[in-house]
Amino acid sequence: MSLLKFDPWWLLRGAVLGLLAFAIFGPIANLLLWAVAERWYFPHMLPLEYGFSFWARVFAPRGNAMVSLLNSVMIAVLTVGMALLVAIPAGYALARCKLPLRGLILIAFLIPQAFPNLPVYVNIAQLFYQVGLNGTVPGVVIVHVTHGLVYAVWIATAAFSAVDRELEEAARSIGASGLRAFADITLPLAAPGLMASAVFVFLESLDEFTGTYFVGAPDVSTLPLLLYTAGAGGNYQVASITALLLLIPSIGFMLVVERFLKADVLSRVGR
Amino acid sequence: MTSAPFLHVDGVSVTYGKTRILDRLDLGVAKGEFVALLGSSGCGKTTLLRTIAGFSTPTEGALRVDGRDVTRAPPDRRGMALVFQSYALWPHMTVAANIGYGLKLKRQSRTEIATRVDEIQNLLGLNGLGERLPTALSGGQRQRVALGRALAVNPDILLLDEPLSNLDARIRLSVRHEIRALQRRLGITAIHVTHDREEAMVMADRIVILDAGRIAQQGTPEEVYNQPASAFVAAFMGAENLLQLDGQVSGSSAAFSHPAAASAFTRQTGEETWRSGAFAARFRAEAAVLCAAGEARPDAHGMEFQGKVTSVSYPGGLWRHAVTIGNDSVLVDAPRCLPEGEAVRVFIPTASLFLFPMSEASSGMASTSRSDGFSAAPGQD
Repeated sequence: MSLLKFDPWWLLRGAVLGLLAFAIFGPIANLLLWAVAERWYFPHMLPLEYGFSFWARVFAPRGNAMVSLLNSVMIAVLTVGMALLVAIPAGYALARCKLPLRGLILIAFLIPQAFPNLPVYVNIAQLFYQVGLNGTVPGVVIVHVTHGLVYAVWIATAAFSAVDRELEEAARSIGASGLRAFADITLPLAAPGLMASAVFVFLESLDEFTGTYFVGAPDVSTLPLLLYTAGAGGNYQVASITALLLLIPSIGFMLVVERFLKADVLSRVGR
Repeated sequence: MTSAPFLHVDGVSVTYGKTRILDRLDLGVAKGEFVALLGSSGCGKTTLLRTIAGFSTPTEGALRVDGRDVTRAPPDRRGMALVFQSYALWPHMTVAANIGYGLKLKRQSRTEIATRVDEIQNLLGLNGLGERLPTALSGGQRQRVALGRALAVNPDILLLDEPLSNLDARIRLSVRHEIRALQRRLGITAIHVTHDREEAMVMADRIVILDAGRIAQQGTPEEVYNQPASAFVAAFMGAENLLQLDGQVSGSSAAFSHPAAASAFTRQTGEETWRSGAFAARFRAEAAVLCAAGEARPDAHGMEFQGKVTSVSYPGGLWRHAVTIGNDSVLVDAPRCLPEGEAVRVFIPTASLFLFPMSEASSGMASTSRSDGFSAAPGQD
């Protein structure tokens, strides 16, 4: 056994990796345990009883989890649609045309993220209340779109920049109108990048809490709102199950992003 | 040129910001003619091509095709097809889809498109590659797909933007002839942009040499090669050797002298209006004759200089000698190798000695200052 030499660095590396793994997987493990715990209280290290009765409660026809899930997905889909409707023309213009203050325009989409969320949403809620958008799905969608537009526009701009202008010109020169060249050449080639931006907006919308809370609650309930209510009420089982539900699309979409977002697009984000 | 050219570039200027790329340029191209736009980078040749194609708008002047004003027409309404230097093949479409795209735009039926795509593939030797994506092709194949895509739509004018510059040197030589033969066979009007002198000479009916947004000279390959109109054209067409002569003009003849010249050289001024003063003499390495001491020079009219061989190299075919004449160094080709340090005479026949008054030559000199006299190989810019 003389092959096994003791290396202190290996030990240190192992320890750091272990800590990292714990930081990542610890909370998830806790979540998983809570999701299947029937009874679990201090000072016990592990749940006392396992079972799926809370799952049944969450997914019961009268439970509001399903309604919240449907709401969340519907709002996210509408948000993606609206964001792309703005981001495709805006991104194309920012990528292709020599716009004055191009940098400033790109920064402008960051503004909704730059200010503290809470005061902004309180004011939006007040404004929406006056025009009757408070407590409605369109109201929530608008809030999510302003929030997600920075991803949509920035990534769309990068995606369009990555499409060589000569590819478009080649189509123009053999008889394609500007619109036709865009539809046949530019859009399909930018599609992976646009797909990635859609995924980002979708995830942002699915996760969004503050804006939904001020503009939507209590009439419009989404999964994060449900999670908050359950967590605040000490119902960790329902909160954990909701969190797991939220995790599924997140992980799924991260895989999609990883597949679609190529390095040449990523390198152009924000330029 | 006929009175009404098929394509008429009429006093076209193009400016980017404050820079004037094209300066009131006039050019006529006859139907079925193959015209090469030749010039060093930045001379405006690509801008001229893009203006003809419709991707740059002239600030003044007009463009007419067959009498129709297309100055403001969008690129897709000009009946032209542009082949890009980068080929610009669509990576998400197969070879067949790339070639057939222009026909799809014309709303031709699927069978018509398939027939035409087959025809083009046969014409260009792309059989069996129809289902491949452009990324799975070699450089030469991509180039042919780009050409096929442009030819498929039967354009009135085929525009070629340095389509051969990304090919291997060996393939390039054969593709030159292929494109030329194809153009002749199909009778297409073609405008070809290149910085490669030999390419332009081999392919074109007419060469248009551009310098700083203007036409420096145009004519058949023989004309621009043998009768350069300016020092710039002479240098660009390979007459890189430069000697400064002193010219005394009297009446219709001029006598030229050089400290290293055996005797004065007299020539008729011809149509040019020359005045006494400094002249630039330009000639090609292969046009001069190198004579060793005691050797008789060819029995012809020309100018002879005393010089000394400083170095010899063998680029193939002929030996290339660097010869010092006075304070200048010139390159002279000879069928045999003369040793370094040997005193020699350099004889240049009248027809190969291009003379330009120095005041005019200096402007041409400035734009060719990059060529240092040793880059005599054709095709370098």
